[in-house]
Order: sequence, then structure tokens, then C-alpha cells
Amino acid sequence: MSELAIEPEPQTQHLAGSQLLIKLLERQGVTHIAGIPGGANLPMYDALTSSSIKHVLARHEQGAGFIAQGMARASGEAQVCFASSGPGASNLITAVADAKMDSVPLIAITGQVPQAMIGTDAFQEIDTFGLMLPITKHNWMVRSAEELLEVIPRAFEIALSGRPGPVSVDIPKDVQNQMIEVDNLPSPGVRQANPTVETQQVETMLSKIGQAQRPILMVGGGIVYANATQALIEFAEKLDVPAVQTFMGLGVLPSDHPLSLGMLGMHGARYTNLILEECDLVVGLGVRFDDRATGKVAEFCPKADIIHVDIDHSEIDKIMPSVLSIRADVGDMLQSANAMLETNTRPVWRKRVEQLKQAYPLILDGEDDLFRPYGAIKTIASLLDDTVNITTDVGQHQMWVAQAYPINRPRQWASSGGLGTMGFGLPAAIGMALEQPERKVICFSGDGSLMMNLQELATAAEQDLDLKVIVLNNRHLGLVRQQQALFYDNNLSAVKFHPDVDFALVARALGMQGVDLGLVDEPFEALKAALLQRGPCVINLPICETEMVYPMVAPGGANRDMICGECA
Amino acid sequence: MSSNNLSLLKLTVNNHPGVLSHVCGLFARRAYNLEGVMVRPIADSESKRSRMWLLVNEEDRLQQLIRQTEKLVDVISVEQHELEGSVFEHTEDFFV
Repeated sequence: MSELAIEPEPQTQHLAGSQLLIKLLERQGVTHIAGIPGGANLPMYDALTSSSIKHVLARHEQGAGFIAQGMARASGEAQVCFASSGPGASNLITAVADAKMDSVPLIAITGQVPQAMIGTDAFQEIDTFGLMLPITKHNWMVRSAEELLEVIPRAFEIALSGRPGPVSVDIPKDVQNQMIEVDNLPSPGVRQANPTVETQQVETMLSKIGQAQRPILMVGGGIVYANATQALIEFAEKLDVPAVQTFMGLGVLPSDHPLSLGMLGMHGARYTNLILEECDLVVGLGVRFDDRATGKVAEFCPKADIIHVDIDHSEIDKIMPSVLSIRADVGDMLQSANAMLETNTRPVWRKRVEQLKQAYPLILDGEDDLFRPYGAIKTIASLLDDTVNITTDVGQHQMWVAQAYPINRPRQWASSGGLGTMGFGLPAAIGMALEQPERKVICFSGDGSLMMNLQELATAAEQDLDLKVIVLNNRHLGLVRQQQALFYDNNLSAVKFHPDVDFALVARALGMQGVDLGLVDEPFEALKAALLQRGPCVINLPICETEMVYPMVAPGGANRDMICGECA
Repeated sequence: MSSNNLSLLKLTVNNHPGVLSHVCGLFARRAYNLEGVMVRPIADSESKRSRMWLLVNEEDRLQQLIRQTEKLVDVISVEQHELEGSVFEHTEDFFV
């Protein structure tokens, strides 16, 4: 998407709105659009056939939305999905809302019934503007073909600027068909300049960190989106301050970096949460203090002051009151800080952190057994290198992967963090594979989550992607089961699936390979062969339904109160 | 105006369809208490801008509310305004 094709457009062109739309998308550098055609977006699809843009036909509009998200999460560029009116648009909603929660630049373009029919309860009419309004950064209903000249570049600008996020553009069919004369096409929309970093605020921050005895960095998705990983590593190393990562920040620090304390919060390691109990300063860098990270807010880091750096002003003091806040692109701020920093050491605090690490390690129970969750994840990681991309669905498997898979670079990891959407993993993996075909992509899923967008296996097969779906199959909604076991007196309600699904057979039925490790004589060899071979494949890996994600902080509880399994 | 908890916000916004939805939608989904709204186009702006007066009951979260409102693309500016002498003065009689 880096080369923007901007050639002079000298003569007046006679274009339909739909042709103009496609032309504007081409000029934005769009190479793939995921979507599904229908009655109200037929003109867009008619115009698409004469375009260089490759269309990826999803099997459900939610799949299309997550395919575009996968492309956007891998590249950082704004990506487009198409849907028709009515159910097409409403099926996109979950993927758009998910993009809002995780700050993903997604552009949802929907067809709408002709303007003359709006408000008449026409066939496949729905109030897309009203539905998209609360889950986008901004959204439009386009009322004339001419408006597209302004709206489309602006849609990209808004999706990419500041804190990224989704936008939606609803285009009535008569606008798509309207002919207009265009003399000059507008410049493509690009990310607006970041706010200027106030050097004095950075100095104040550094002086507060210098005065602190036990400071901690808390790093999140903002570092990934600001392409600030190297600046962050330099910052942490110069300060000699350890860093906890949020779920969205996994990969910012390589998992074996000496200053990395792993993921904090509900399923963080015991040492990670206990270090936060002792720290006296938390420097939040591109984080939003999500409840899964903080636990009970009133008891989060009880001895610490908060410094908060974020580009989104409304995140400052939303959850955690700060003693100092800097509204800036976190990458710009880190560069400014690094230029001022001398190398420091903090032997006393680092020693205490090491003590806690040794005393309260992350215990990965069963990590040597392929048919235990951590064992499965560790085995798979051992067969692959850091070039692969990883997606997950939502549930126990997601947390096991977050704890145990070595995520070592930014944008290696795509998972539904804020909205927690089951069904995210497979279509997002398709998007990552389309965006970066040179990389293998591994989708860790569960038997509950995979069912929620199972139809996209057919899309993956059709696109012949190097994509592997690992089904950690416990025949249950495992994380719900876990909560019922722990907090509802083991009163299991609506969490078991009857009968067992043969996922390997499902995969073959939808046009790709399938392996069931529970049914082969040499499961490790079968896993290795399936992983290393090029092409789409579903790998079913049976696990026991009583497996738990530990440690766990009860929802609403303080992070110090961790429930442990073997580790008590 | 009698209540001490009320604040008055003066918004300058783009005047086109959907702007009021964006503002009211924000207040609804973030559960901000909105006590009154008055909107008219700004006279000398050739109808390109509107003025929106919002009477809000959110003492503790006012800064957060203002920052969220400022993020809306069609909101050009948000200012706090004195309650005294405001557009809502002497309107009680219309709400009995």
C-alpha cells in the first residue's frame, strides 16, 4: 500500500458515483477489498471489475470486516470492506465495533436503498447511519456523487489520524448511479500531523521517573500503532526500568527481553501483578487502563503515582487520575525523551523485581505435554520462528496464547482485545495472510469460537493461503465453564456442546486439509508436517475441559488477589 | 438557574444532517446527564455552522465529557459558559 498511484488527471471525466468511488480507493493505495455484493451495492461491484483492486469474497459480512481488520492490523494502513444494505450492513456491525475498541483503521462502505425510498421501510433498508454512529470515529451518509470527492479522502484521514479507528460510509444506490463530471480528483487522505511534543513536559516526566524509587513502564497498543517499538526499548534500557505489557501491547518488548515483565492483569503472571503492588510510579505509554489490565481500579498499583502519555485526550484521567499527562504520539514523545536521556541503572529495584520473578514465576502447567494447553502452544512455537503471524479467537485458548506464546515483534499478534469477539481469529488470519503472503499465519482457536465464523474456511481455501487453524478443542465454551466452576459453585450451565464436531472433516468439506491429532499414531510428526507444509489446514487438538487459565483475578477483584491452580 | 450541579457548554458545530445525532449519541452511550439542548444555525455563517447550547449535569466527569465531545469530527469548539444570562434563563415557564 506504500506506493500511491497519483498520476495527473488532465481531462474532464464522466463518471458514475460508483466508478468515482473505486477510483478514489485506488488512489488511496487500496489493493484488496473484502466484501459481499447485494442489491444496494451492485454498482460498486460493477465498477470494481475494471479496477486493479482485488476483491476477496467473504462468506459472511462479519468475515469481510475481520478480513479487512486483519489486513489493517498487519500493515497499519486503513483497509476497506464492502457490504450491501440491510442485513449486509448489520452483519458488519460487530467487526466495526471491534475495530473501534482496538483502534484499527477500518473503512466500512455500504450500499443503501435509493434516497427516494429512505424512510419507507424498503426492502433491505436499515438505518446504517444510526447503527454505525456509536461504533465509529465518524460516519457519513453520502447524499450526492460529488460528496464522494470530499468524504472518501476524509474517511481515510480520520481512520488513520490521532488514535486510529473505524469509519463508515453509507452510499445510496442512486448516488452510486449518479453521473458527474470530474475535472480534478482530490489528493488521497493521509494521517494528519501529530501534536507537537512539549519538551518541558518530557523533562518533567523524566525528572519524576528519576525521583521514583520503584518505577514501572506500562506499555500498550499505542506503541505498536506509533511504530515506536525501538524507541520504547531504548527508553526502557536507558532508564533501566522494567515494563509490563498490556494484552494489546504484546510484542512491543521481545518476550525474553530482560526488562520485560510480560502481561499484567486478569491472567498476568503472579510476579507481574505483585511487582505492580510494590511500584511507586507507573508510566502508562499508549494504554487506556482497561479493566482487564487494572482489576479493581481503586486498588490498582496502590502505592503508585500515574504518568499517562496518550494521543487521545479523552483517555487522560478517564480511569486513572494522573499526576502528569502528556497528550502526544507516544513515538514522538519517546524520541524526544531518548534525546535527553543518559544511561541509568537501578540495581536495587531491579534486584527486587528479580526476587519477585523467582519467587512467583508464571507456571505453565503441562508445558511438556502436547495434549495440554501450554504444551500444545509451546510445541507449536518451537516448530516455528518469529516470521509467522499469530491470531487468536476469544476464550481460554486466547489467554493461554497471550501467556505462553513468545510474541516477539509488533504486529505479529492480532487478537480481539477490547470487544472480545469470538469468531475474530479465522477471518483476521485470512486478512493477515492476504496482506503478508510471505508469512505463515497461525490462528489459535477453540471449538466454540471457530464455529462463530466457520464459513470463512471456504474463503481461506479459495484464496489458498498459508494459514493454519489450531483448534484447542475441549468441546465446551471453556472460559465460561471456568467462570462457572470458580464463581458459580461448578453449576455448569449451557457450556457443553453435543455432539462432538469433526473439525478435520469440516475442513475437508470446505476445501482445505484437516488433521485430527487425537486420531493419528504420531501426533507430533503429524502436527509438524501440517504446520510446515504450505497451504490452509485445520489442526484439531483435543484437550480436557477441566483445563483452567491460571492465575486468574476474579472479575471486579483486585489484581493482588489471584486465584492459582498448581501454584498456590 | 438554581442548581449548583449544572454546567453550560457552548458548542460550535458543522450544520449538516446527523450532527445532533452524533452529539446526543455520545451523551447517551457514555451515560452523561443532559438537562437541556438549544440549537440554531449561526446567523452570519451562511448556515454552515450551528451553535449548540448544552445544559449538563455532570460535575465530576465534566472534563472527561468535554474531551469526548471535542473528539467528535463535526464539533469545532467546546467552551464552558456562565449559567447566568444564558439561553436557558427564563425558560422554566415553557416546561411546566
